[in-house]
Amino acid sequence: MNFHAIRAIYRFEMHRTFRTLTQSIASPVLSTSLYFIVFGAAIGSRMGAIDGISYGAFIIPGLIMLSLLNESISNASFAIYLPKWTGTIYEVLSAPVSFVEVMVGYVGAAATKSVILGVLILCTARIFVDYSIEHPVWMLFFLVLTAVTFSLFGFIIGIWADNFEKLQVIPLMIVTPLTFLGGSFYSISMLPPIWQKITLFNPVVYLISGFRWSFYGVADVNVVVCIGVIVAFLVVCVATVWWIFRTGYRLKP
Amino acid sequence: MQPAISIQNLGKSYATGHVALKNVSLDIQHGEIFALLGPNGAGKTTLIGIVCGLVNATSGSVYADGHDIRKDFRVARSMIGLVPQEIATDSFETVWDTSCLSRGLFGKAPNPAHIEKVLRALSLWDKKDSMIRTLSGGMKRRVMIAKALSHEPTILFLDEPTAGVDVELRRDMWQVVRDLRAGGVTIILTTHYIEEAEEMADRIGVIRKGELILVEEKSALMRKLGQKQLCLRLKAPLEAVPEALSDYALTLSADGNQLIYRFDAQADETGIAALLRRLGEQGIDFKELQSDQSSLEDIFVSLIHEESKEHAR
Repeated sequence: MNFHAIRAIYRFEMHRTFRTLTQSIASPVLSTSLYFIVFGAAIGSRMGAIDGISYGAFIIPGLIMLSLLNESISNASFAIYLPKWTGTIYEVLSAPVSFVEVMVGYVGAAATKSVILGVLILCTARIFVDYSIEHPVWMLFFLVLTAVTFSLFGFIIGIWADNFEKLQVIPLMIVTPLTFLGGSFYSISMLPPIWQKITLFNPVVYLISGFRWSFYGVADVNVVVCIGVIVAFLVVCVATVWWIFRTGYRLKP
Repeated sequence: MQPAISIQNLGKSYATGHVALKNVSLDIQHGEIFALLGPNGAGKTTLIGIVCGLVNATSGSVYADGHDIRKDFRVARSMIGLVPQEIATDSFETVWDTSCLSRGLFGKAPNPAHIEKVLRALSLWDKKDSMIRTLSGGMKRRVMIAKALSHEPTILFLDEPTAGVDVELRRDMWQVVRDLRAGGVTIILTTHYIEEAEEMADRIGVIRKGELILVEEKSALMRKLGQKQLCLRLKAPLEAVPEALSDYALTLSADGNQLIYRFDAQADETGIAALLRRLGEQGIDFKELQSDQSSLEDIFVSLIHEESKEHAR
């Protein structure tokens, strides 16, 4: 294992994050704060409690997941797309590294950034809404697991994309709708019975449900199933990255 | 001792069907400067790309100091530095940071003293904290070289290292290359500037349409293929080469003022003395004579030309 390479990629990527602090951290925190103001403080005050939790507090896990998914995907996809686009990827491809070092370096940096963002949003939410965290360790576990898994997914998108449009299309056309329909703003028990079944095909339901359980001890889906689904997706992503580096798909002619 | 680089029966066909390399075999010895010459699209960059891990080979194998570049890629690649043809840099990073990244990627512990040495040798020290996008094209080219040298490779590939740089910078880079060789680094360079190969290389390979058509010591190549010519400026112009001189390979310039005699510089008998005597006998006086040897460029052009004709047949 080439630990120096992991360290070098990680440091380089984190440095890029801090250089673009406004874009990386400040803007997602601001946009999520707007959600809290509109849905939590303004509209939320007129909505009834869900599962005994005030609406403002109920949407916190969903809103954090919304940002976490989008940021993890965009951070990691951009991190690997950029060197492909500028041509500097030649250095990574010619270096004595396997997919493990490249993946850990890039995905680790992207996930770190997402976790920092998640924690910042959580702290910001406190300004607008009162909430409690029943299982803080599990909350952190879900936060890190989701950040890592979706950074991996973003990493794959970044390799697959051969133009800027493709880089945006999956996050915008698939991930955002799935997150909105995954119970960010409602409990799936509020849906008609048939939609309660259909919505179980949406993987984001499991992320939000598990994460919400760590806050309030209530979940739409069994927590073990939630963890199982996220871990399964993680394994599929790792296997895909392994295959990409083995075959050189979209990396080597 | 294993060759620094051993390429065996290497072939590459792209998905488009284009065959970039055909069964290329080549050994490069430790400590030599090997120049790979060839016209655009001949396969030089593909060959380098395969050795450095940027391109998947279709067939054949490559070893770096005896280590298979695929099975034993960690050892093989850690020895190899690459300066690609295209300038590709992290525009918003500093020269220092990007050099440190390169060193880390190749598995070397941070060593600010080494990076400083490299940057000073390439006259980049003053620019170490500058963002790369603020540098000139020539400076960016130096940054590419600094990145490759930052991880102390023992084998260095330079793919057209001096393309688009001014004469002074080119000479600076040649000096850097010579210093590296003096330090034991094996250097493989591709170039369009034949002058560069002539100036620096120990051996020369010529690649054309994916085939390695020649590999030779530079000096032997110059000797073997180098033709000399003797140019005689006549006192009075001639209308044609006189019949009495027809057994010599002579050509007359269009204005009739110069007689040109081509001869093999390696032959025991060049025929010059006899030609001059014969000219005297014929009463042809000349006011000046000079001899030239063909440059590597002439040799290269004639090689490529001959091969083209053979292929056309």
